[in-house]
Amino acid sequence: MAVTDAGRFSPPREHWYNNPKARSIAIQIVLVVLVVGLVAWLTNNTTTNLRERGIASGFAFLGQRAGFDMTTFMSTTSESTYGFMLLAGLVDTIIVSFFAIIIATILGLIVGIARLSTNWLVRTIATVYVELLRNIPPLLVILFWYLAVIAALPAMKDAFQLGDFSLSNRGIFMPRPILGDNFQYTFFAFLISLVIAFGVRRWAFARQMATGKTFPAFRTGLAIVVVLTLAAFLVTGDPLTFEIPAKTRFNISGGWTLPPEFVSLMLALGVYTASFIAEIVRSGIMAVSHGQTEAARAIGLKGSLVLRLVVLPQALRVIIPPLASEYLNITKNSSLGLAIGFADLVAVGNNVLNPTGQSIEVVAIWMLFYLGLSIIISFAMNVFNARIALTER
Amino acid sequence: MSDIQSQTDVYFIRREIVPASPPPMRVHGPIPWMRANLFGNIGDTILTLVGLTVALLVLIPLVQWAFIHATWDAPNREACAANTVGACWAFVKANFGQFMYGRYPDPERWRVNLFFVLMAAGIVPMAIPSVPFKGFNLLYIFVIFPVVSGFLLLGGLFGLTPVETAVWGGLFLTLVVSYVGMALSLPFGILLALGRRSAMPAVRMVCVFLIEVCRGVPLITVLFMAGILLPLFFPTGVSFDKLARALFGVSLFASCYMAEVIRGGLQAVPKGQYEGAKALGLGYWAMMRLIVLPQAIKIVIPGIVNTFIGLFKDTSLVYIISIFELLSTVRNSFTDPTWATSTTAASGLVFAAAVFWIFCFGMSQYSQFTERRLSTGHKR
Repeated sequence: MAVTDAGRFSPPREHWYNNPKARSIAIQIVLVVLVVGLVAWLTNNTTTNLRERGIASGFAFLGQRAGFDMTTFMSTTSESTYGFMLLAGLVDTIIVSFFAIIIATILGLIVGIARLSTNWLVRTIATVYVELLRNIPPLLVILFWYLAVIAALPAMKDAFQLGDFSLSNRGIFMPRPILGDNFQYTFFAFLISLVIAFGVRRWAFARQMATGKTFPAFRTGLAIVVVLTLAAFLVTGDPLTFEIPAKTRFNISGGWTLPPEFVSLMLALGVYTASFIAEIVRSGIMAVSHGQTEAARAIGLKGSLVLRLVVLPQALRVIIPPLASEYLNITKNSSLGLAIGFADLVAVGNNVLNPTGQSIEVVAIWMLFYLGLSIIISFAMNVFNARIALTER
Repeated sequence: MSDIQSQTDVYFIRREIVPASPPPMRVHGPIPWMRANLFGNIGDTILTLVGLTVALLVLIPLVQWAFIHATWDAPNREACAANTVGACWAFVKANFGQFMYGRYPDPERWRVNLFFVLMAAGIVPMAIPSVPFKGFNLLYIFVIFPVVSGFLLLGGLFGLTPVETAVWGGLFLTLVVSYVGMALSLPFGILLALGRRSAMPAVRMVCVFLIEVCRGVPLITVLFMAGILLPLFFPTGVSFDKLARALFGVSLFASCYMAEVIRGGLQAVPKGQYEGAKALGLGYWAMMRLIVLPQAIKIVIPGIVNTFIGLFKDTSLVYIISIFELLSTVRNSFTDPTWATSTTAASGLVFAAAVFWIFCFGMSQYSQFTERRLSTGHKR
C-alpha cells in the first residue's frame, strides 16, 4: 500500500506566501509603500494647510527682525533677527547645561560615595537624598527652586552680601573681570606652563617605567603652572580689574548678573540629576569585585593608590556610559526652563513660532540640535567604550 | 634527633593559671551598634557630627515650617499672609477637590472616584503575584477597564451627562495620561523592539529611525509636535481633542523608551531559546509569544517599571499644550487672589511633590520587590 502510493505522493505545493524570502520581501514592500504613502499624504496636507494659512515655508524668516527681546547671555535686543534670537537661546541652553552638569557631577559623586559609607548616618542621609529627588518630576524641582526658594530670598535692598557678591530674589550679582591690555601674556604663560607640566608628567612616567623611581609629578606640575602663571601676571603689571556691581536706586548696574531663572534652573537640574548620578557612581563602585581591592592591598598598595590605580579605572568603565546619558538628559531637561521663563532654545523657539507660524521649521531646528547632540555624545561613547573595553584573550 | 632533645632539655612548665582576659565587648545593643556604625574612629566621628549638623539644619526648620508654624485651617488668605514662617495647608485643603479632579463638575465627581476604584481593582491584583486569573486581569487592564472608564468619564451614553475633556484635570488627569501612556507603550514598545531586531532591513530601519528620533529629543518638543504640528498634518476640518493629542505625544515617546528596554530583554534571552523554538517548528509570532517574550519581559520588569516611573513624572509636561494635570492645576491656583501669599507656592509645590513621590516611590519599591522575587534562583 505504502509502496504503491509512493508514486502518487507529491510534496505539498509551496505557495509563494509560505516562502520566507518572498514573504519578507512582500512585507517590506508593503511597509515601504505605507510609510512613503503616509509621508506623502502628510506632506500634501501640510502644504495645503500652510498655503491656506498664508505661511511661506522655508528658513527665510530667520533673517527677519524678531521684535521681541528675552534676557539671554548674548546681548539681544528687539531689533535682533529671529536667527540671532535662536542662536542666543542655543547658547543659553549650552551654558545652563554646562554648569548644571558640573554641579550634578560633584554632588552626585559625593552622594554616591556617601551611600557606600560604613557610617550609618552618612549613608542614611545620602539614601534619603537619592530616594527623595529621584521620585519627583524635574519640572517640580525647577518650580520649587524658582517659586519657593529663590523667590523667598530677601529683596535686593537687604540681599545676602559676601564681599562683592550678592544673592537676592533678583538672582546673583558678581563682579565682572575686565581684562587689561597685557592679559594675553598671562594666558600664554598659563598655556606654556601647562605644556611643561605635561612634559614633566611624561618624563616622570617614562623614568618610573625604566627605573622604578617615582616622582611627585602632579604636585610639581601644579607648582609649575601656578608659579609661572602668577609670575607672568605680576610681571605684566596686574592687568586684571573688576567691575563691581553698584547699587542704584531700584536696581544694580554693572558687574555680572545671573538672573533668578538661570540660578534656579541650574541648581534644580544639578540637584535633581545628582540623585541619578549618585546611583550610577554607587553601582559602578560596587561593580568592582572585592577581590580586586584585596589583591591590590596584598601587593602592598596603600589606600589612596588602591582607589586610584585599581578601583576607579574599573569603576569608570561601568560609570561613564550611563553618566554620559545623564549629561544628555540634563541638556534635554534644560528645555523645562520654558516653564519659568528661562530663554533656552525651546523657549525662544516657542516665542518665534507664535508670531511667524513657522512651527515646522522651528521644530526642525530643535530636533536638529538635540539629535545632533545625542549623536555626538553616543559617538564619543562608542570611541570611549572601544578604548576602555576589557581586552580579553 | 637526640641532638635536638639535648638542646631542649631545659624547659619551663607553667604552674599557675593564666589570668582570664576581660570579657569581649558587647556586640549587640545600641552602644556597640553606635560604636560600629557611627563612632568607629576619629574620621568616622567627625563625619557623624557633620552629618548630624546637616540633618538638624535641614530637619528642624522643615518640621517647624511644615508642622509647628503651619496654618492648618483658614477660610481665606489672611491667616496665611500673616504667617510668613509656616506652610499654608489651609490653601491645599481649600483647593483639594480641584487638585484631585480639576474642573470636573462637582455632582459628577463620583464618576472619577469610581474610575479610581476600577483602576485599583485592575492594578492591585495584577501586582500581587499569588492572585490567580492573570489572563483575565490582563484583559481587564488593557481592554475592559479603558473602554468602561472611557464611557464613564466622557459620559453622553446611558444617561450620563457628557463631560468634555477640557474640564478634566488634577491628579485624575495625571493618572489618565500615565495609564494610557503605560497601557499603549507596552504593546507598541514590544512591536518596535521586535521590529528593531527584525531580519528585514526596511522594517529595522523604520523602527530604528522612530526610536532614535524620539529618544534623542526632549519630551517637550514631541509634545509641541503633537500639539502644534499634528493639526497641520491632517486635512482641514479634521481636529483632534487636545487631550488626545497629549496622549498621542506621551504614548509615542514612552513607546520608544519602552522599545529599548524590551530590546535589552530580547538580547538577554539566550540564542538557544530561539533555536529551540524554531526546531519545534514554531513560526515567528508563536516563538515570540510562547518562548521569547515571556522570558525577555521577566528579565526587564525593573526596567519597565523604571520607564513607567519616568512616564509618570513626565506627565507633568503636558501643560505645554494646556492640559491641566496635577502640577499645572496646583500652579494655576497660586494666582488665585483668594490665596496668593508668600508661602502659598511652597505649600502647593510640597503637596504636589508628596503626591508624585508616593506614586513613584511605590512603583520603585514594587520594582525592587519583583527583582528580588524573580532573582532568587540565580543568586550565588
